[in-house]
Amino acid sequence: MAGAAVTRNVDESRLPVLTGAYSYASISDKISDIVLVRPSHWGFYVAFALCTALTLLFAGAIAYLFYEGVGIWGIDIPVAWAFAITNFVWWVGIGHAGTFISAFLLLLRQKWRTSVNRFAEAMTIFAVAMAGLMPILHLGRPWFFYWLVPYPDIMNVWPQWRSPLVWDIFAIGTYIIVSIVFWYMGLIPDLATLRDRAEHRGKQIVYGIFALGWRGEARQWHRFDTAYLLLAGLATPLVISVHSVVSLDFSIGNTPGWHSTIFPPYFVAGALFSGFAMALTISIPLRAIFGLRDFITSRHLDNIAKIMLVCGLLVAYSYAIEIFMAFYSGDRFEEYMVINRMTGPYAPVYWAVVACNVVVPQALWFKRVRLSTLTLFAISIVVNVGMWLERFMIIVTSLHRDFLPSSWDMFYPTFWDWAILLGSLGMFGWLFLMFVRFLPAISISEMRKLVRERRDGET
Amino acid sequence: MLDDVDRRRFLKQMSASLALAGLGGCTREPQEPILPYVAAPRGQVAGEPRFYATAVSHGGCALGILVETNMGRPTKVEGNPNHPASLGSTDVFAQAAVLDLWDPDRSQAVTYRGEISTWDAFAAALQRRLRTLAQRRGEGLRILTETVTSPTLAAQLAALPGRFPKAQWHQYDPVNRDPAYEGTRRAFGVPLETLHRFDRARCVLSLDADFLGSGGARVRAARDFVQFRSESAAAANRLYAVASTPSLTSAFADHALPLRATDIERVARHIAQRLGVTVAAPDAVEGVAASWLDACVDDLKGNRGAALVVAGDTQPPFVHALAHAMNAALGNAGSTVAYVDPIVADASNQHESLRALASDMRAGTVDTLVVIGGNPAYCAPADVRFAEALEKVPMTVRMGLYDDETSARCQWHLPAAHFLEAWSDARTYDGSVTIVQPVIAPLYAGRSPHELVCLLVEGVTRSGYDLVREQWQSKLGGDFELGWKTALRDGVVAGTAFAEREAALRADALADDSPSAPGAAGAAMSSAAQSTDSGPLELIFVADASVWDGRHANNAWLQELPRPLTKLTWDNAALLSPALARRRGLANGDVVQIEHRGVRVEAPVWILPGHADGAVSVSLGYGRTRAGRVGDRHGFDAYALRTADAAWLARDIAVRKTGKTHRFATTQHHHAMAGRDLVRTTTRAAFRRDPRSAVEPAAARGTLYAPFEYRGYKWGMAIDLGACIGCNACTIACQAENNIPTVGKEEVARGREMHWIRVDRYYEGPPDAPRTHFQPVPCMQCQRAPCEVVCPVEASVHDSEGINVQVYNRCVGTRFCSNNCPYKVRRFNFFQYSDEATESLKAGRNPEVTVRMRGVMEKCNYCLQRIANARIAADKQDRRIRDGEVVTACEAACPTRAITFGDLNDPASRVNARKASPLDYALLAELNTEPRTTYTAKLRNPNPDAGER
Repeated sequence: MAGAAVTRNVDESRLPVLTGAYSYASISDKISDIVLVRPSHWGFYVAFALCTALTLLFAGAIAYLFYEGVGIWGIDIPVAWAFAITNFVWWVGIGHAGTFISAFLLLLRQKWRTSVNRFAEAMTIFAVAMAGLMPILHLGRPWFFYWLVPYPDIMNVWPQWRSPLVWDIFAIGTYIIVSIVFWYMGLIPDLATLRDRAEHRGKQIVYGIFALGWRGEARQWHRFDTAYLLLAGLATPLVISVHSVVSLDFSIGNTPGWHSTIFPPYFVAGALFSGFAMALTISIPLRAIFGLRDFITSRHLDNIAKIMLVCGLLVAYSYAIEIFMAFYSGDRFEEYMVINRMTGPYAPVYWAVVACNVVVPQALWFKRVRLSTLTLFAISIVVNVGMWLERFMIIVTSLHRDFLPSSWDMFYPTFWDWAILLGSLGMFGWLFLMFVRFLPAISISEMRKLVRERRDGET
Repeated sequence: MLDDVDRRRFLKQMSASLALAGLGGCTREPQEPILPYVAAPRGQVAGEPRFYATAVSHGGCALGILVETNMGRPTKVEGNPNHPASLGSTDVFAQAAVLDLWDPDRSQAVTYRGEISTWDAFAAALQRRLRTLAQRRGEGLRILTETVTSPTLAAQLAALPGRFPKAQWHQYDPVNRDPAYEGTRRAFGVPLETLHRFDRARCVLSLDADFLGSGGARVRAARDFVQFRSESAAAANRLYAVASTPSLTSAFADHALPLRATDIERVARHIAQRLGVTVAAPDAVEGVAASWLDACVDDLKGNRGAALVVAGDTQPPFVHALAHAMNAALGNAGSTVAYVDPIVADASNQHESLRALASDMRAGTVDTLVVIGGNPAYCAPADVRFAEALEKVPMTVRMGLYDDETSARCQWHLPAAHFLEAWSDARTYDGSVTIVQPVIAPLYAGRSPHELVCLLVEGVTRSGYDLVREQWQSKLGGDFELGWKTALRDGVVAGTAFAEREAALRADALADDSPSAPGAAGAAMSSAAQSTDSGPLELIFVADASVWDGRHANNAWLQELPRPLTKLTWDNAALLSPALARRRGLANGDVVQIEHRGVRVEAPVWILPGHADGAVSVSLGYGRTRAGRVGDRHGFDAYALRTADAAWLARDIAVRKTGKTHRFATTQHHHAMAGRDLVRTTTRAAFRRDPRSAVEPAAARGTLYAPFEYRGYKWGMAIDLGACIGCNACTIACQAENNIPTVGKEEVARGREMHWIRVDRYYEGPPDAPRTHFQPVPCMQCQRAPCEVVCPVEASVHDSEGINVQVYNRCVGTRFCSNNCPYKVRRFNFFQYSDEATESLKAGRNPEVTVRMRGVMEKCNYCLQRIANARIAADKQDRRIRDGEVVTACEAACPTRAITFGDLNDPASRVNARKASPLDYALLAELNTEPRTTYTAKLRNPNPDAGER
């Protein structure tokens, strides 16, 4: 690491990525205790109770959905897609921040990623899991979802390769496999730490099995680093490709408001925007509840906020271009679509999107805002809501008034639409809370490296 | 349907279902010989449908039909080309008749005071009664029927005085033709039937007449009228329509004039006077542009002998007399107008007859009342208080298809046989008779009115078959058996059409015109502008386009069929003009209280562009309480406001806003084309000058791929917007043919109706007097179909003949295809809409079409099953399918032949001829979808001198 000194010098002019006096042992204690000792905090139990309740709601809503059919939602003709697909796109987007932090920033040698990458990756996996559920739930006959997968069936029927939904299967499938492998790879040294520190026999065995015999030898570290770097190289393009493919679900369609070539970069920017917002939404309470302020410092929050600002500007630019192109094209259907978004029955959604995703994030230009945890948390929630509404706007306001005015109609969500949305949020949170309790939320081995580097810098 | 079912209903349903489960397996042909239609294959071949000619009656007037039966089960109705009223086409009621037959809510047993009984018990009770009655020479015996045109029933009833000289027979239909018969009585001294020959009329003036949408001859009238103005016709007709409530006729008019029903008489007087009829008339009509009247008068005068004035059945007799006088003055009689004897057995005033009956009942002079059909306890005018009068009658007998409001108040209920289950006969508008032959033995214990009347008059039980045959034994000359068989096969008894009669106008036909003299009443009833914010309005009663007078309330196909103009389903509404709504601060769905002579009814409002100002229209037939599971609890009962003396028009009603709102289920929420050239129109004059004026040729767009070559058949469709009158026959025919489920009001309100072909209705111009356009939209069968590329599982695929087919059992229900369909013709089974539990409904389905399960997408496929049948027939003979051999369900039903289907690879096909028209265009051609279904731009024929309104 020839450039380490340079990096360190630059780092020193900034906020620290690790505060407090930690040794190898104490930092291991601090992080592994969350899993092995499980310090209790009222915040955790409140969150867990809420998430469990919503998860049960989710299960109930899915059971009723499978029993009755998608008619329990508010969808109709022409708005045949609404909440489920909105949720899908939004959840996939959430996932992107995790991959961006762990893979993209690794390749860019951004040291500050160390303390946030683990839980950001977990966030990715759980978000993509929620996203992956949505297209299945939204099917008219969900028990045949596997027909979208190419498998050797006796009738020699394959999926229809021109359909972006089939591309989705591959994009999402690849994404979730790579994310899980990458995440697990990074976990191996920490699992070994947990194995070594666990006092309960059962835990020793379970962590031991998943630690795959890690002993921390130099040879193992060498191979680990190489493999980890390679996987990061594999995961990085996915940050761009997955949401590009998701966006094709829309831009392949001919519906005004969907049929647009700007969609892939527009969706990727939006995905990172919402993903980093979600990373903030999670990390701020997480560090408060488990006392991780030394590891997840203001430096991290500041950096995430800056990325959000950049992504937000890209998203704002896309909005502007969309409006410009509609009128520049001279296509009356496109023109009407834009006017309808701004002044039609869903105008409140449009203006809420503009407020949440364009106006509010401008506050992030100010350092004071970026350093205020509470404000950041509030902004992250606003952006999350705004990005969900943006997907809703793209899907519903485009569909509800397309070509023939005779078919124009409205979409009104039902209780079950909300149940699926809130239920998926609850289950996401539930999975995350379980993760925090069973696996180290911050990479112990990488934090030890940080401690070592800091000590090296002092000497 | 997911509507609430309480315990009683559940038990009823269960018992009905169980009873049907037993019956389902043993549907059978009637025992007597019935004869298949001549074109059907000889001998029953399993799996091949057979067609029988019979007739469906509507208001007593017959429409000849062919009933398709599959292995003995009637499944579909087609028009009978031999029948003068049909010429091969049908209307919505004929199409829906099959569902009535299989309706599980039909009454299934004789009941006495609500308890199940038997026909034998009834016959015994009746005989006891009749013995007493016979001693009194029948005094106190009354029979109440609907309008009777059946020669057999008429003869049977005519024999009644033979046994019971003092018995009386009454007729009542809530939607009757009293004013028309009164009008001819006034004009000519005798009641007569007026035949309008639209195939000869170059200029037609409709005085609130909806000849395209109602009346016994409407299917024929629509055909004649529209064919006269086709693109190829040398000359076209022009239609002036004065209308209070917008109708199919006023929507189709070249010059429509919305006017209150009370003001129409003044317009009629004005025009009549200018045509040379001696009648008191205003020099100008307030609220009506002089240019409109001038253009109308000029056109009528310029087409002497080829003009036609038609008065609406709801207009007062005086307006009918005026119309007759105008036709006489124009020399139309004998050319465009003909008079024949009434087709009804008795043309006396039905409202009077019912009122007399009810007052006798209340007076206690009626001791035995037999009600055959109808539903007078529900549909009698409120002031007749029929339901109340029923309680005064010692013995009441009711024969009906349903155990309905009337049966509930009668002691005996007798299940009637459906017309597809029983022998009968019926006349059509020109007097022609069809022998109504059953196509299936009665599903339940139903019997026909003939059998009941025979029991009454002769005291014996005889079969309807014998009774009808006996009637015709003497009438069919020559070899009876041969004549009988011919009549059954053809669906018409040859030579039964009435001969034209000379009708001389009486001198005093227009003399007594005091009730609405323009001088006296003119000031008081001036134009609508005077009806101020709270002033009195007039109330117009109209028959509902779907449930009619209420008799079709339990027919889900009809309930869910969007009304042609309002596009409302499952409801009636108080219709009013946009201007009146503005003045009263009313919006769609606001509930108002309508008060007429102290009776108050709450009704939700629907704003209807083109409605006469200062008037409110309410349709009859809703607010049923014992219609069945489908028909109950929908809409409001307009009969409560109706009185016998003001059957069609009530004046001085008060309308007050209540503050409540009602949720309507409409299938179309936007009524303008938003500047998009979806329905293209041009005038005949402009078309003559430049045939390309309506449709600029679409620019061909390039493609990188070589086009697929369709070597075999290449199916295509052309829809003539100039011929579409918006009647919805195509929609319901498609529903019957393709086993399309109904979804119920809640689901329609959520935008989930399932119709594969819908009729879009657009308005153009000012809302108070707009132009109305209809556009039937089936699947366009795009050659570059946007739905196909997005389906991930190849459920939406193209076949080698160019049809965009939907593979139901492959569909997983992503609905991407619907999102990507610019025409939004795809329909999704959001729930399990098809009723898979009710046995009788299963029996009524088309066995050649898959019944879809929940979660799959469906849509029009050009009646693929009919193509397959034609292909099998052609392959057997080693030839190509001939033009006209495949007729889609919508095409077959269309009264005006607006839809043409055929093979585009056959240069001589009709569809190619239609598509060669310079008026042919593709909907949303700029999307490059290359639809196989194209439209012919609408040709209008307004008077160039009148200026565009």
